[in-house]
This record gives sequence, C-alpha cells and structure tokens, in this order.
Amino acid sequence: MTDFDFNVIWSSLPFLWQGLQLSLLLTFLSIIGGIVLGTLLALARLSGIGPLAIVAATYVNLIRSVPLILVIFWFYFLVPLALGRPIGGFYSALIAFVLFEAAYYSEIMRAGIQSVKRGQVHAGQSTGLSYWQIQRYVVLPQAFRNMVPILVTQGIILFQDTSLVFVVSLRDFMTASSIVARTEGRLVEMYLFAALVYFVICFSGSMLVRSLKSRMAT
Amino acid sequence: MNYNWNWGVLFEEQYLSWLISGFGWTISVALSAWCIAIVIGSLVGVGKTVPNKIVRGICATYVEIFRNVPLLVQMFIWYFAVPEMLPEDWGHWMKRDLPNPEFVTAVVALGLYTASRIAEQVRAGIETVPPGLSAAATAHGLSTAQTYRYVLLPISFRIIVPPLTSEFLTVFKNSSLALTIGLLELTAQSQQIAEYTFQGFEAFTAATVIYVCIALVATILMQVLEKYTRIPGYVGKEA
Repeated sequence: MTDFDFNVIWSSLPFLWQGLQLSLLLTFLSIIGGIVLGTLLALARLSGIGPLAIVAATYVNLIRSVPLILVIFWFYFLVPLALGRPIGGFYSALIAFVLFEAAYYSEIMRAGIQSVKRGQVHAGQSTGLSYWQIQRYVVLPQAFRNMVPILVTQGIILFQDTSLVFVVSLRDFMTASSIVARTEGRLVEMYLFAALVYFVICFSGSMLVRSLKSRMAT
Repeated sequence: MNYNWNWGVLFEEQYLSWLISGFGWTISVALSAWCIAIVIGSLVGVGKTVPNKIVRGICATYVEIFRNVPLLVQMFIWYFAVPEMLPEDWGHWMKRDLPNPEFVTAVVALGLYTASRIAEQVRAGIETVPPGLSAAATAHGLSTAQTYRYVLLPISFRIIVPPLTSEFLTVFKNSSLALTIGLLELTAQSQQIAEYTFQGFEAFTAATVIYVCIALVATILMQVLEKYTRIPGYVGKEA
C-alpha cells in the first residue's frame, strides 16, 4: 500500500473505456430485450390460457432458481451447438442475459399489470377495444409507468451482473481491468478503480431512482 | 445438431464425486455467508434507524458501498487487493497461513455483500412498525435500547421473514461467484466436467437440477418458518 500508482490507471484508460463501452452496450441491449420478453412472459402468465401460463411460470421459476454464471455457461455451450457455427462471445452473452433477465423483468411487469385497476380493463372492454388493444393502450402504459423505479433498479442490478461475463473472458470493463491488473502487476490499483467506477455509475442510478420515486409520490 | 448423448457420464465415479463435492461447497459457502449476513445485516439495518446521526450515517454508507459495487469486484478486492493493502505481516498471513483462503474469502465477501441487502430489509421492517408502538414504549418509560429489544425488533423480524426468503435463495445463487477466485463449487465443477468429457449438456443439466432442488428445499424451509413467525392479523400472506 506504500506506492499507489495512479499512472497505471491513467495509461490504461483507453483500454478500460473500450471495456466500459461493451459493458454499457450489453446492459442497454439486455434491458430492452429483457423488458420486451419479460412483458410477453407476464402477459402469458396472466392470459388465463392454462398451458401458456404454466409454461411461462415454469420458465420464470426455473431461471430464477439458477445462478447467472451457470446460465452464461449454458449459452456459451448451447448457442454454437444449436446454430452449428460459432457466433462470437458477445452474442452468446447477450442471448444469455436477455433470457435470464427476462425472468426477473417478467415478475416486475406482472406486479405492474396487476397494479392497474380492473375498472380500466372493463372500461376498455365497454368501449369495444380488443384484448390486444386494451393491453397496448390501457394496461401496459400504466403498468410500465407504475414500475419505472423498479425497472431502473433492475437495470442497475443488470449492469452489475454484466461483470460476470468475466467467466467467459468477454472483454467488458471488469475483464479489461483484470487484464491490466495482471499484466502490470497492479492488482490493488485496478480493482479499487474498477470498484470506484461501478460505484459512481450505480450510485448515480440509485439517486435517479430515488428522485423518480419522490416525483411519482407527489 | 450433432451431439452424442451420454447421461452415464454423470454417474462415473470421478465425475459424480466432483458434483457431490461441488454441491458441498455451494451449501457451505452459502450457509456460512448467510450467518455472517444475518448478524451484520441486522446490526446495520438497526443502525440505520437509531436516533444517533453518526451511527445512521456509517450504516447508510456501508449499505451504499456494498450494494453499488458488483459482487465480483468485491470478491476480487478481498482476495487480491486486501492482502496487499494490510500491514506486511498480516498480508503474508492471509496469503500463506490462512487455511482454505478461497473458501474464507468467498464467505466473507458474500456475507458482507448479502448483509447490505438484509440491512435494507431490516430497516424497512422496523419502519413498518406503526410509530404509535414506539411512542407507547417511550410513554411507559422504556429506554431506546429497551424499545428496540422488546417492541420494535420482535415485530419487525417477524414481518421481514417473507422478503428474506428471496435473499436466502439469492445467497445460494451468488455463491457461484466463488468460482472466480478458484473455489470449485457446483457451477465450477459442472463446467469442469463439460470440459473434460465434452458432455456439456449433461453436466449443466445436472447442475441446473441440483440448483432447482436447493431452491425448492430453501423455499419450503422458509415457508415453514413463515408459518410459525407470522403475526396473526398483522400482515397477510398477500401483503
């Protein structure tokens, strides 16, 4: 601890920035994919169609009981096998994250949909809207709005989760920091710096959640 | 899709023993970390509600730091950085003489991380106790410590059992991160079997089934606990 070397951080910034870009891109795409698939799963569970609801519920409960790392391993193994050719680590990771996070987003969206009052649905029906029109124009916009703070919180968790692509050596921010730490022999500096960067991003995110919540409460 | 199925590989002696030992490590890491998390999480959670501003500040800082840094980074800091940052003798001891360093580090890292999440649940539990109760306690002449001991904690700990169920499940899942510092727990063992035998499908299925069973058993245990700790007429199961 006698010689904390800031230079190693400074000189590796471009490399780390590339890693951070990958982390952010993976987070962004997984949030979009996760919310879309998660909403569909939530609709399936609440659809009242027995088999569909059971399949969706089984999927969500299965995914929620296994660790993300195992899911990442699964898809690194499965995706190339299923497609018959390798498609690169990023896409395998993206598929794993979307399918994994969708299970969590579906629980959030399910709570969101249930938070919309029944009267809204009845009003939609009496105006002659179809099932999909009611979902599209009445239920989902309100469900989404009610759940914005929780969706953002899940986004922060997802951003932290992207660090786990380290296990398959995909070069995100965490992997990049770890590469520099090892090649330069500067473990303390690099890991503390990585912690600081993650902290600043996630803490800003949770501040955003807090202000969203207080704005919605008024 | 060309794939040679061979479920028998899971029951070959070597690989079966890997799975069993992986399962053992997953359970030990998760349960040990859970004990640390409950103790520290309760202390920090209570600390966030006490009248003393300094204590509140320290506890709030703890929660923010441990919640906003990914567990993987925390694990690496405990394993790689902390021994370098301590005085030399301690660092040497951590690197050379600490028995089973991967296990101890994983438990400490996972325990302190989970504690920050439990602390939030404990704080929320204490805040749901109606203020009239602590006012009544003060009116009876109870001190702050007595109010916590006899009024706030007994109620809030029973309220937070349902939300703690999901934390309890999470601790098993998060124990898989111990593989990043070289502990061969369940996920690591299944990955290793996949590499040795090229039977990834069978290996990962085995790990998945075991995790699902762990989740089922944990859920059942917590539901039993929930049944015994529920406060009649206080918080419904749906709430």
